[in-house]
Amino acid sequence: MLNLGKKFVTLENFGHSMQAPAYVFKPTGADEIIQVFELANKTGLTITARGAGRSYNDAALNGGGIVLDMSALNHISSWDPQTGRITVEPGVTIEQLWQQVEPDGWWPPVVSGTMYTTLGGCLAANVHGKNNFKVGPIGEHVIEFTAVLPNGSKLVASPRSNADLFHAMIGGLGMLGIFTSITLQMHRVYSGLLEVDARPSHSLHEHLTDLLDNAPNYDYIVGWLDATAGGRGLGRGQIHAARYLNAGEDPNPQKTLQLKNQALPSRILGVFPKSILHYFMSPFVNNFGTWAVNTGKYMVSLPRHTFRESHAAFHFLLDYIPNWELAYGRGGLIEYQSFVPKETAESAWAEMIRLSLKRGLPSYLGVTKRHRPDQFLLSHAVDGFSLAMDFKVTNGTRAALSAMLEEFDQMVLGAGGRFYFAKNSETTPETALRFLGEETVARFKSLKKRCDPNGLLESDLYQRVFGAGKA
Amino acid sequence: MPVKRPNFPSATPLKPRCRALIVGASSGLGAALAKRLARQGYDLALVARREGLLASLCDEINQGDSVRAQYYVHDVGDYQLVPDLLRRITSDLGGLDLAIYAAGVNVAPLVDEYNTESDRQMLEINLMGAFAWLNPIAAMFQSAKAGQIVGLSSVAGERGRVGNPGYNASKAGLTSYLESLRNRLTRHGVNVLTVKAGFVQTDMLKAAQKVMFPITAEQAAEDIWKAIRTRRQEIYTPWFWRWIMLIVRNIPSILFRRMSF
Repeated sequence: MLNLGKKFVTLENFGHSMQAPAYVFKPTGADEIIQVFELANKTGLTITARGAGRSYNDAALNGGGIVLDMSALNHISSWDPQTGRITVEPGVTIEQLWQQVEPDGWWPPVVSGTMYTTLGGCLAANVHGKNNFKVGPIGEHVIEFTAVLPNGSKLVASPRSNADLFHAMIGGLGMLGIFTSITLQMHRVYSGLLEVDARPSHSLHEHLTDLLDNAPNYDYIVGWLDATAGGRGLGRGQIHAARYLNAGEDPNPQKTLQLKNQALPSRILGVFPKSILHYFMSPFVNNFGTWAVNTGKYMVSLPRHTFRESHAAFHFLLDYIPNWELAYGRGGLIEYQSFVPKETAESAWAEMIRLSLKRGLPSYLGVTKRHRPDQFLLSHAVDGFSLAMDFKVTNGTRAALSAMLEEFDQMVLGAGGRFYFAKNSETTPETALRFLGEETVARFKSLKKRCDPNGLLESDLYQRVFGAGKA
Repeated sequence: MPVKRPNFPSATPLKPRCRALIVGASSGLGAALAKRLARQGYDLALVARREGLLASLCDEINQGDSVRAQYYVHDVGDYQLVPDLLRRITSDLGGLDLAIYAAGVNVAPLVDEYNTESDRQMLEINLMGAFAWLNPIAAMFQSAKAGQIVGLSSVAGERGRVGNPGYNASKAGLTSYLESLRNRLTRHGVNVLTVKAGFVQTDMLKAAQKVMFPITAEQAAEDIWKAIRTRRQEIYTPWFWRWIMLIVRNIPSILFRRMSF
């Protein structure tokens, strides 16, 4: 029989802006997960699964409860280079995944902006990539998954069998069951390189028009938005649009597909180690410093150019500077990402950016993407765009930032927008109920009752948004 | 089956929350500390034996919509119930940042009276209860590498006086226990604060034979809060007891044993 013993560990979110201690267990198989369910039933504690802990919010925290550290379930169970099907345990990371399939001429159909996330976490949040407008979220590439449910049963689900749970557990925040195995379909590639077009955008209108009009011509599209610029420069930034190379376009695919040609360099100019770079960034992580850096970046981005870049270098921008989040200082950072229909996005975001500049609380990093809706129950996607904004948290700005984000929520809801549970940390039960709709929340809760009658699975995120007496 | 957490507001990066447990919260210094910490924005788990007092204290703290305090009825003599209750409290609060052991009794004997029963009672509540609560909390904080423990001891623990041998012994024991905890836990990032209170106007004061320079429980709570905030290791409240006790500690036995103090 398991006991709680000396397993009480302080855990944090990725942004280092929340701390919550919990009893941590590291299961090595489904049986051990079931033992933890029994322990939870006995002790009256709740459980949350945690992958890599890369969520910006409290999705993988459970203060005072039990956390299942899934990182020991990190084996690739089977890989078929003929069909591109791969079966993995939930603790396998995107890094392990692409490094397994890429040398054989495949690439994961959907990857997050960092390669250090786990597949279990990716499914629980139903992550999207820079190609969401084209291929949907990762859930659309899951052929089948298996899971253990707190009611003691084992589940096999696919788009055809147990379809209701398939569409609820993917994006279900780990609140219906724990994934034990995931089978995904990879995407065939004919080169280790992508062809990338980079071009500036001078206004928010131009930025969003570019995303809307040009997305159909590419496989990936992403915008960098300088949210420190106001006035005529409001919404200025740069668009990166990329496409896969067709067979024959890369004269030497054997070479470009090799892992060593995909690696992110660990040193700058071959000498300066990147691991300490975040110390040198922190003096610039303030209103003036970021404005200066962003302005410089914008100037450099003005000439249009086209180049070829490895998949890893294009996708994993967040991994270029290890521990970059530490540059935000002691209070850490939060991310506010809104998904707004294409018709209303421009006016909503212009208003939000103007408000943030007026309050002296600009976002230091803005990233835009193009999206399309999907069939998953707790979906964050819309036929429109997303804008992710990073904010520095300090003791002096907490209250003002909180008040501003509450106003942002109303603006986004007013524009028919939605939110993403892997990112936003301040979403209230009322906001969640409004964008998801009462019917969706009721359906999710009835599935939860079925899978988890004793309410064993509960993260701080779930407690905050869907907890007793809430949405 | 998991117990539903009470409706403490959720912590977020922009609305962070501190979580405190007070054992012996129903009256005296414990209750004053509860009110002081509530004003500071802490979420509170209040533990004591007397439900009526706890309920009215919670009502007083939880005015309006916001839940700040939740109470748990418990007799500190029920040592074996502590681990489960502590786990439940930690889960309800979503963690624990501060634990205060404020339970204490003072049953003063008559002059020349020797009362093993009342001495045992004081030892059980003032010292054994502290072991029962602070041992598992120390283990938790050590493992989490964070937290702060506060023990309400007394200047009475500094010398054995003619007046109240049992109380003196229990507080002397508590003071050394807290010092040991400090020496164990500082290296793990945990702070241990020993509060050496002089005379504070509470129910307990009625047992004291002589009262010198008493202060209100609110004043003492303010001193203790400042020490918690700055993570001090030891305070005297009111402050001048540090200097009084410096003298008292150094009175030679040949003199001290002849004094009525």
